Amino acid sequence: MINRECGVFKTTYQADMALYTVPLARITVWAFLAFFVFVLPFVVDTQRLVWANLVGIHLIAALGLNILVGLCGQISVGHAAFMAVGGYTAAIMSSRADMPFWIGLVAGGVFASVYGLLVGLPSVRIKGFYLAFATLAAQFITEWTITHVKWIGGGFQSSIIVPRPSLGPLTIDTEREKYFLILALVIVAVVAALNIARSRLGRAFVAIRDRDVAAELIGVDIARYKLLAFMISSFYAGVAGALWVYYLGNANIEAFRIVESIAFLAMIIIGGLGSVLGTIYGTAFVVLLPFILEEILQTFKGVIPVSDIHSFVAHLRFAVYGGLIVLFLMVEPEGLNRLWRNVKDYFRVWPFPY
Amino acid sequence: MDFFLSLLVKGLILGAIYGLVALGFVIIYKATSVINFAVGELLMFAAFLAVAMTAIYGLPLAAGIGITLALMVLFGFVLERGVLRPMIGRPVVGMIMATLGLGIFLRGFVSITWGVQTRNMDLLLPTKPLQLGSISVGAVDLAGVGIALFLAAAFAYLFQRSRVGIALRAVADDQQAAMAMGIRVSTVFAVSWALAGLTAVAGGLIWGAKIGVDQYLALLGLKVFPAAILGGLDSLAGAVIGGLVVGVTENLAAGYLDPHVGGGLKDFVPFVLMLVVLMVRPYGLFGREIIERV
Repeated sequence: MINRECGVFKTTYQADMALYTVPLARITVWAFLAFFVFVLPFVVDTQRLVWANLVGIHLIAALGLNILVGLCGQISVGHAAFMAVGGYTAAIMSSRADMPFWIGLVAGGVFASVYGLLVGLPSVRIKGFYLAFATLAAQFITEWTITHVKWIGGGFQSSIIVPRPSLGPLTIDTEREKYFLILALVIVAVVAALNIARSRLGRAFVAIRDRDVAAELIGVDIARYKLLAFMISSFYAGVAGALWVYYLGNANIEAFRIVESIAFLAMIIIGGLGSVLGTIYGTAFVVLLPFILEEILQTFKGVIPVSDIHSFVAHLRFAVYGGLIVLFLMVEPEGLNRLWRNVKDYFRVWPFPY
Repeated sequence: MDFFLSLLVKGLILGAIYGLVALGFVIIYKATSVINFAVGELLMFAAFLAVAMTAIYGLPLAAGIGITLALMVLFGFVLERGVLRPMIGRPVVGMIMATLGLGIFLRGFVSITWGVQTRNMDLLLPTKPLQLGSISVGAVDLAGVGIALFLAAAFAYLFQRSRVGIALRAVADDQQAAMAMGIRVSTVFAVSWALAGLTAVAGGLIWGAKIGVDQYLALLGLKVFPAAILGGLDSLAGAVIGGLVVGVTENLAAGYLDPHVGGGLKDFVPFVLMLVVLMVRPYGLFGREIIERV
């Protein structure tokens, strides 16, 4: 993250694949972990903890989308639909069948990944923007099904109330308890994503992304790996959806609309396609953007001629992150991750130009 | 039977508007191979511009529409130059995201600038519906169909006969060969975006007059995708026919089945149709078949 290497001295594939490129990296990673476990939840107020929790939940879903779009190159404009499937699975299991929450969480992921397999089936036949259309259709079909099939969504414009999650005797109720639950899952999700990216699976995905014909020639079973990418990606989304439902205490379609799907794409593009660290930066950026905009506007309350700052920010947020998507795509398609690397590269040889 | 006929006629009217907007979508794809996911937002933007010109700044209708037209053509030109030209040669994900991002930006921009309340678009048409036998049709609808047919015919003429149109088709067919023949590809790209701006204005005016001008206008763009896919992404005639088919199908489905499933089929059936077409015949009814094993 913050360490910088003084050059490329890797001579083995093992060294190239290593999680910690230099010894310092191990220390910084543990330091960050310690900060998130022991410092952050105890020094910030509840409002900031809510921010952290929102980032965490969105991060899990965005990591999944990054595996599909960033690594495997299959575009999906329906990521929120997979989240919806996971969320509603969990909500139905917990509220009607009294299942404990961890079963709901796993079931949400599993159901979403089966659904992802179904939605991903067109990817075997079509690619590029045709696939974007297919996933877009899947998004709307999912939204419609949830809002119109009473058994699933509970009828038009209604939400399902979900009981508080509990682990054994411990009920997860306060914001801080939720924070630790989400943090644990985020750590698992990040480590899994890092390992997928550097393993055989990730290399197969990247091969398909870079040139599908070449990938097939070197023996990658394209259909299988594409579907696998869809399944893994929607498993992440399903878990995130279930977590979202438990976090809020209710399941409502409004959290899983097309706008959210586009927001997830914004997160991975602003962060950096195909990079786990980039996904973290991008998610934090997009999720925190409206809150920070609002805080900034609140401080300049008298100066700006806006009466209702809250609803103003709701629109400003769209304009800003829509504009940022376009700007990043034009100027720095590899996102914040690349910008950060550029900064590090600059200081690698500083104060010399080369 | 009357019920069926009325559904059919209303579906055709709806479909004509879909077809009109799909034309703009297809022209851009054909000439520049960009998939414009912001087609609905462009339409909304055009409608807001027109409302702003006439209702807020108090210009007469004709002047307002004229200025809107000029601004949208200019806007299309700027978009092509500023945003999409730098994206040439990049992965298709980037292109899709650029237009999606543009769409979100426009949504935010429009509601910041002109607010979120629904505004009325007054095209100075008679409000009394026309009676065709047992079916009543609004003047706005008739105007919509008229404009759609006129633009489709005008585009057909343009593409078949005029120099610019032939250049457009040449670039669509083979960019390098077109360049070698002395066609300025960059001009052609700009012209295609300008034409798309034109269809956005036409669609925005009609649809805005029909349902009022607000954020929801952009949703019309979503129906354009099924229409364009069904017709074949690079076929102008296909766009119009695809639009008509989608309009009729969704209206019939909504008319007959809505009471049984609790409504909302209008936003469901087109996408099922699109999914089926994508699975069975991705190049659509009239699109060029590019066979590629994935």
